Amino acid sequence: MADSKTVEIRIKRQLTPDGPSRRETFRVPLRPGLNIIGALMMIAENPVTAEGRQTVPVSYDANCLEEVCGSCAMVINGKVHMACSALIERLDQPIRLEPMSRFPVVRDLQVDRSRLFRDLQRVKAWIPIDGTYDLGPGPRMSQREQEAAYHFARCISCGSCLEVCPQYNDQTQFVGAAVLGQVRLFNSHPTGQMNAPERLEALLGPGGIHECGYAQNCVEICPKDIPLTQAISEVGGQVMRHVLLGFLRK
Amino acid sequence: MANPRVIVVGGGLAGLMATIRVAEMGVPVDVFSIVPVKRSHSVCAQGGINAAKNLKGEGDSTWKHFDDTIFGGDFLANQPPVKDMAEAAPGIIDMLDRMGVMFNRTSEGLLDFRLFGGTLYHRTAFAGATTGQQLLYALDEQVRRFEAEGKVRKFEHWEFLSAVLDSSHACRGICAMDLHSMEVHAFPADAVIIATGGIGAIFGKSTNSVTCTGSAQGALYQQGAYYANGEFVQVHPTAIPGEDKLRLMSESARGEGGRVWVPRDGKKWYFLEEWYPKYGNLVPRDIATRAIHKVVYEMGLGVEGHPAVYLDLTEIDPKVLDLKLGGILEIYEKFVGVDPRQQPMKVFPGMHYTMGGLWVDYRHMTNLPGLLAAGECEYQYHGANRLGANALLSCIFAGRVSGATAVEYLRNVSNGADAVPSSVFDQEKLRQQELNEKVLEGKGGENPYTIWREMGQWMTEHVTVIRYNEKLKKCDEKMVELLERSRRINLSDQSRWSNQTLAFTRELSNMLQLARVITQGALARNESRGAHYKPEYPDRDDQNWLKTTKAFFAPDVDEPRFVYEPVDTSLIPLRERKY
Ligand SMILES: Cc1cc2nc3c(=O)[nH]c(=O)nc-3n(C[C@H](O)[C@H](O)[C@H](O)COP(=O)(O)OP(=O)(O)OC[C@H]3O[C@@H](n4cnc5c(N)ncnc54)[C@H](O)[C@@H]3O)c2cc1C
Ligand code: FES
Repeated sequence: MADSKTVEIRIKRQLTPDGPSRRETFRVPLRPGLNIIGALMMIAENPVTAEGRQTVPVSYDANCLEEVCGSCAMVINGKVHMACSALIERLDQPIRLEPMSRFPVVRDLQVDRSRLFRDLQRVKAWIPIDGTYDLGPGPRMSQREQEAAYHFARCISCGSCLEVCPQYNDQTQFVGAAVLGQVRLFNSHPTGQMNAPERLEALLGPGGIHECGYAQNCVEICPKDIPLTQAISEVGGQVMRHVLLGFLRK
Repeated sequence: MANPRVIVVGGGLAGLMATIRVAEMGVPVDVFSIVPVKRSHSVCAQGGINAAKNLKGEGDSTWKHFDDTIFGGDFLANQPPVKDMAEAAPGIIDMLDRMGVMFNRTSEGLLDFRLFGGTLYHRTAFAGATTGQQLLYALDEQVRRFEAEGKVRKFEHWEFLSAVLDSSHACRGICAMDLHSMEVHAFPADAVIIATGGIGAIFGKSTNSVTCTGSAQGALYQQGAYYANGEFVQVHPTAIPGEDKLRLMSESARGEGGRVWVPRDGKKWYFLEEWYPKYGNLVPRDIATRAIHKVVYEMGLGVEGHPAVYLDLTEIDPKVLDLKLGGILEIYEKFVGVDPRQQPMKVFPGMHYTMGGLWVDYRHMTNLPGLLAAGECEYQYHGANRLGANALLSCIFAGRVSGATAVEYLRNVSNGADAVPSSVFDQEKLRQQELNEKVLEGKGGENPYTIWREMGQWMTEHVTVIRYNEKLKKCDEKMVELLERSRRINLSDQSRWSNQTLAFTRELSNMLQLARVITQGALARNESRGAHYKPEYPDRDDQNWLKTTKAFFAPDVDEPRFVYEPVDTSLIPLRERKY
C-alpha cells in the first residue's frame, strides 16, 4: 500500500482450545480513526505476517463496533479493553493483543464467556412478570430511582470486570461483579424486589458474595462506568440482613 | 403430533419476542443465533420506541400514529396490519415497563416521551439513548427465565444455512452450522420463525452490526421464498463516517433540539428549518438525507472541504443532554475524540435500514407453509420509508404475532415434523456440507473480503440516495461479475475449527444474490416514492406503481424475477406526501 505509515501488531494465537499458542506479528497501514477491529479486518483480507509469511486470519468476536454489544473484549497491551473502541492512534506501539485469560480460549482472540450467562440464570436476573398479555402499566418510579437503576441496566456482559478480578478463575465459582450489579438492579425494582430473597439465597452458597475480596479492580476497568463496588456493598448488606432475618425467624 | 417444537432463528427483539410468545403458549422453542442473543444488533438502537400513549396532553391517538406511519411510508404499506400495530403499541410499552425496562420518567414518575421524525407529537418512549439495549435486555431476561425452566434451548454461535423443505415445499426444520466446530446439522421443527434482522453488510459500511448480512434471507429467497420491496433502503441523514462502520447519531439528537446546519457566506445556514418550516430538523429521513445530499453535492457546501454537515447540540443544557442522550454523546466522544456538548458534530448520511424483506402475509407466514418471518428481515410495516422509533415497535409486534401464528399453525397442520422421513433432512444436510466443501477446496485466487468491499462500494454509490437507470444496470452487471468471481475464491484458512472466513464466504454469495434483487427492483420501479428516488422519474406514480414488489428466484437463469401485488389502501385515502 502507498500509505507509508504502518503499525506493528503482535497477536497471541491459538488455533484450537487445547492447542499450543504462539505469537505472530503483523503490519497494517495506519488510517485516521482506525481501531483494533478495523486492523483485524485488514489482516483477514491479507493474512501475511510482518516477515512476509502467509498465515490464516485471526479469529475474534465483534458485532456492534460501537461498544454496546459487549462482544469484543480482549487484552490490549496488557489491559482488558473493548477492541472496537480501542483507537490505534492512542495505543503504545507495537500493539500486543491477547485473549482474555479468565475464560477458555475458543480460538485466537475468541473466548467462551457462557459462564457469565449461566451465572445470570443462577441469580434469577429477571423480573417475574405474570405474562406478556395486557395487564396495564408497570409500577411508577421516580426520576431518581430510574437514573440510579439505569447505570446497572447498561452492563454489556463483556466480562472485563471478571478479567481483572483476583477471585474469578476456573478454580472458583465466584459470580463476579457483573452479576452482582444485576442483583442490585433487580432487587431494587418494585416488582423484582418481590423475589429478592431467592436472589440473595443464591449468593449464599459457593461462588457467592462472600468470595469477593474487595480488590475494587472491577469498578476501575468497567467500560460503562458502572458503580460496581457500590452494588457489591449494597448487595452485601442485603445478604447480611437476609441471613440475620432468617436466623431470627428460626 | 408427538412433541411439537418451534425454531426461532435470530435473537434480536423480534426473535426473542417470538420465543417468549411461543413458550408462553406452552410449546418448546429452540433459538439459533450467530452471536449470544444478548449481543444482537438490536442493542444498537438508540432513540426510542413509538406508542401513542398521549401522556403529554397533545391529543395524540393510535389513529394519528397509524396515519403518520402510512404517510411517512408514502402509502406503500398494506394498511390493516399497520393499524393493528399502532393500536397494540401502548400495550407493548406497558409490557416492557412491567418487564423492568428503565424508561426515562417524568417528575410524576410516569413514562416520559420525546419528539421524533415525521410526527408533531411526543410519542417516543426512551431509556436514555440506549433504548434498544434496554429493550433487548428485558426480553433476554424473560427468555433466560424460560431457559431456566427448560422451555427454551439456545443455540448461540450457530448460523442458519437453509430451511429443510419437504416435497410440497412446506418448511420442516432448518440446517445450521456450529460456528466453532463448523459442523452442519439438520434440526426438525413444526414451524420456523426467521428473525435475522437487517442487511447493512450488502452496502459494505452501514450503521448496522457486523452480523447484519441478510444471508439467511438470501438463502431462503433462493429456496423459493418471496422477497418484497427490496429496493426500499433507508439512508439515515446523520451518521459519523468511520473506517470500519458508519456510527449512527440518532434522530433523538434532533428530537431533543439538535439543529442541522452548514457554513454559508460565513454564517450558519439551518437549511432544514428554512426548507421545512413545519417539521424543521425532524422531517422524515428520506427527505432530510436528500436535502443534505443537495446541500453538499449540488450546492458544493460542506464542512472544511469534507462531505459533511453539522449536527449541533451546543445550545442545549449539558445536564439535559447527559440525562437524555448520554449513550450517543459517549459514542461520539469515544470514536471521534470531541465533546459534542462543546462542539457541533460532523455527520453525513449512511445506509441504515431495509424496509424490504421476506414477503409475509398479515399473520407473518411467508409463501412457504410453516416458515414465518418477523422483524427487520420482513417487509410488512414501513412501506417506502420507515419513521424513526417505529422499527423497535414493529419488531416486537411482529414477534408477538408470528409466535401466535406459529403455534396456531402447528396445532392445525395434519402431520408434524416427526412424521417426515429422515431422508428429507439428510438430503438438505448433505447439500449444505457439500457447499462447505466446495468453498474449502476452492481455487482461483479470489478473496472474499475484496469482493465484499467492491459490492459495498457499488451498492452504496448506485443504489442508495439517488438512482439512475443506466447506473443501476451497470451495478447489476457488476453483481453478476462479483458472483462469478465469488465462485473462484480460495480460502486463506482451510481449517475446520472456528473458521470465520468460511462462514463469511458462504454469506457473501447470499448477499450478492440479494444485491441483485435490490438493484433490479430499483431499476424496474420507474417512479420516486419514499426512500426510492429517481431524478428521471421525480414523482410518485400511483397509477402504475402503487404496488408491492415481490421477487422470486429463477434457478434456471440464476436471476430474480418479479411479480407485483396491489397495496391495501382501504383505510386512509391516498394524498400527496408533503411536509
Ligand atoms: C444504530 C441503529 C440505531 C437504531 N435506532 C433505532 C431506534 O431508536 N428506534 C427504532 O425503532 N429502531 C432503531 N433502529 C432499527 C432497529 O434497531 C432494528 O431494525 C431492529 O433492532 C432489528 O431487530 P431484529 O430483531 O429484526 O434483528 P436484530 O436485532 O438484528 O437481530 C438479528 C438476530 O439474528 C441473528 N442472525 C442473523 N443471521 C443469522 C443466521 N444466518 N443464523 C443465525 N442467526 C442469525 C443474529 O445473531 C441476531 O440475533 C436502529 C438501527 C441502528 C442500526
Ligand atoms: S463490537 Fe460490540 S462492543 Fe465491540
